[in-house]
Amino acid sequence: MLASIVGIIERDLRLAFRRKGDVAQVLVFFVIVASLFPLGTGAEPNQLRAMGPGVVWVAALLAALLSLNRLFAADYADGSLEQMLIAAQPLAATVTGKTIAHWLTTGLPLTLLAPLLGVQYDLPAPALGALVASLALGTPVLSLIGAVGAALTLGARGAAVLLALLVLPLYVPVLVFGAGAVGAALAGLPHGAHLSLLGAFLAFSTVFAPWATCAALRIALD
Amino acid sequence: MLQAESLACERGGRLLFKSLAFALAPGTLLRVAGPNGAGKTSLLRILCGVARPAAGRVLWAGENAHALGEDYTRQLLYLGHLSAIKEDFTPRENLRFALRLAGLEPPAEALDQALARLGLAGREDVPARYLSQGQKRRVALARLALSQTQPLWILDEPLAALDVDAIDTVIALVSAHLDAGGVTVLTTHQEIEFASASVVRLVLAG
Repeated sequence: MLASIVGIIERDLRLAFRRKGDVAQVLVFFVIVASLFPLGTGAEPNQLRAMGPGVVWVAALLAALLSLNRLFAADYADGSLEQMLIAAQPLAATVTGKTIAHWLTTGLPLTLLAPLLGVQYDLPAPALGALVASLALGTPVLSLIGAVGAALTLGARGAAVLLALLVLPLYVPVLVFGAGAVGAALAGLPHGAHLSLLGAFLAFSTVFAPWATCAALRIALD
Repeated sequence: MLQAESLACERGGRLLFKSLAFALAPGTLLRVAGPNGAGKTSLLRILCGVARPAAGRVLWAGENAHALGEDYTRQLLYLGHLSAIKEDFTPRENLRFALRLAGLEPPAEALDQALARLGLAGREDVPARYLSQGQKRRVALARLALSQTQPLWILDEPLAALDVDAIDTVIALVSAHLDAGGVTVLTTHQEIEFASASVVRLVLAG
């Protein structure tokens, strides 16, 4: 099982490495969206500090959403997904591997880039720490839930918009507690509870999201 | 070994076939024929478990193939209408990852030999996007040379887009597989002869 998951991760990372542009696009999108807000609202430090956590989190959310169609669409179009469905390894292992690879090429770089954008919003060190911790716990949830949405919208007309409508409402709890953790740290309050809840979301979606994704993929290919 | 029991298939509200039944002994080739749209690809997708039949079931060694899950798919090589070739991968990588999904990890020399057998010697490291349609199909078919351990081959139009030499190679590989006691199900529009094997013809009327 573990070997199958690692095998899929290696395959998808290798593919992502061949298409570095796709990965870079998402990161550049993240930086640009997060940088547009100060230009639009003016550079008043207190105001920037207040809206920083929410803006960086929303930008990360949108960037993750932008990358979701990469998850299954290409494999669906060229027949690889069919082969994965009837592989010698369980589909759940394949789906888990692909989701981890997706996180490694989007969620992880987003998390690593976020402190730079946080500095742009004049966030103090404790808030930056909370930002990185909340993104580290929250972005895997974005990949896991996003995989369900990507599988459900496979082959549908207007899949990109449908995917956004389907997935964004499900992202709301992650956004609330992710941005909430940074906001609490900014106000000098403890933010452990927010992070614990994000951890709970992560545990819950690690168990249920791959299962739902598998079911959706089987329907899409039938 | 492979058995179909009163299979029915419905596509877009139209019944393509019903009450389809056959039983294939080891060493048998099933040739599925019929006009375009008769349900050849649908039948193959049902047999390998990608699609579910509207009625009936597929049996492998007497057991329901759907219930067997990976115990069934591990025995199976399916080459679909789509070749599952990644444009960004080289032929060697494509072959390696396709075989890995099937649970096989042959050494690099074996991969190169299989590619050479399909006439792709010297192209092992060229990204597949620079290959022609026929060459991509050959990359997919190179799996046949390394899948003799899988008893069931289901091949959808394996000879499409191939030249005469490649067709001969594929026929030789399928014949060897049948001689070793394997079962093959294939569709093709070409008139080809398989020597030595027992051939069952199934014509879907459409």
